Amino acid sequence: MGTFNIFIQSVFIDNMIFAYFLGMCSYLAVSKNVKTAIGLGLAVVFVLTITVPINYLLDKYVLSAGALAWISPVFANMDLEFLSLILFIAIIAAMVQVVEMVIEKYSPALYASLGIFLPLIAVNCAILGCSLFMQEKDFGTVFQSIVYGFGSGIGWLIAIAGIAAIREKIRYSKIPKPLEGTGISFIITGLMGIAFMAFLGIKL
Amino acid sequence: MTNNKNIQILLRPISEANPVTVLILGICSALAVTAKLKPAFVMAVSVTVVTALSNLIISLLRKGIPPKIRIIVQLVIVASLVILVDQVLKAFVYDVSKQLSVFVGLIITNCIVMGRLEAFAMANGPWESFLDGIGNGLGYGLILIIVAFFRELLGSGTLWGYQIIPQKLYDIGYMNNGLMILPPMALIIVGIIIWVKKTSVK
Repeated sequence: MGTFNIFIQSVFIDNMIFAYFLGMCSYLAVSKNVKTAIGLGLAVVFVLTITVPINYLLDKYVLSAGALAWISPVFANMDLEFLSLILFIAIIAAMVQVVEMVIEKYSPALYASLGIFLPLIAVNCAILGCSLFMQEKDFGTVFQSIVYGFGSGIGWLIAIAGIAAIREKIRYSKIPKPLEGTGISFIITGLMGIAFMAFLGIKL
Repeated sequence: MTNNKNIQILLRPISEANPVTVLILGICSALAVTAKLKPAFVMAVSVTVVTALSNLIISLLRKGIPPKIRIIVQLVIVASLVILVDQVLKAFVYDVSKQLSVFVGLIITNCIVMGRLEAFAMANGPWESFLDGIGNGLGYGLILIIVAFFRELLGSGTLWGYQIIPQKLYDIGYMNNGLMILPPMALIIVGIIIWVKKTSVK
């Protein structure tokens, strides 16, 4: 599979929100206005682009069956796959912490806009989900996994920016009272998902 | 052990404080498994087990956990429990475990689990926390099963893999709604459930 194809596929076809419902909680909670939504979206892109390749290397050289053979042939038939969940989440939590500290030190402006969202991201299912999908997809090179992480993040960003824009407009519409807020957001997301299905089957 | 208060703790999350429809938690890893009833049921049971046990363990440890690193401690305990569940599923219901794929792993970041740990288990005794975990797991499972019921019935005409819609209906031109199997319909069904629920509360 071509690298560009991985990108297109992760943005439009395997979109984290519309195809897998990952990161729905923060998606619904933080989509009340476009500005904060884009802030969170950028933070997700950022963290995904960093954690997916790290987890890829971890999977390739430590976790998958026979991966430890590079240390010594003694470990050739070790399979640590079952540890992947706990290690992935630890890497993600640690990386989010590191990223937060680095941004705070070197770019206070970016920290002011992303900072509040970063701790939220450690428990965003889109981040862990992306690493787990990466493990299933079995990419050939680190670069492909970077592209996959980046693309998934962009897909998430597009989704949250879109729903935030719609929710800003919808404030002036007449919605049945019990459907207001989350109810209508779910239905709109569903409709957006149907629209995104138009991308199904695109190959470049 | 089973006084009125504890029964309340167990039952409230199933209806009036339902984690999915009222608090909007844990939707992340839930909807993708609801195309069929069976994986939805397995998922519901797994989440209930993880929520109940992690609540119990955290509640037992709550006085010894330094508040600053509590998130990491909680994540480690939840992750270990999820690994256990994952291994059990792989051993006993391999086909369902294949269908659930990464979504079992995603129970770790399920907001219900973390939310209950933060909101309940850190402040209450082990037995209450255990009941709270069971209650929330069941409340979550209930929604999952309702969604899966409609999606499987309308999408494939089956329930739990058994044919429900009779062949005669197909002969006179009835067709399965293929859209029901696809992800967007799950969102729309949850939206409708929330609508019905909020209307009936008033």
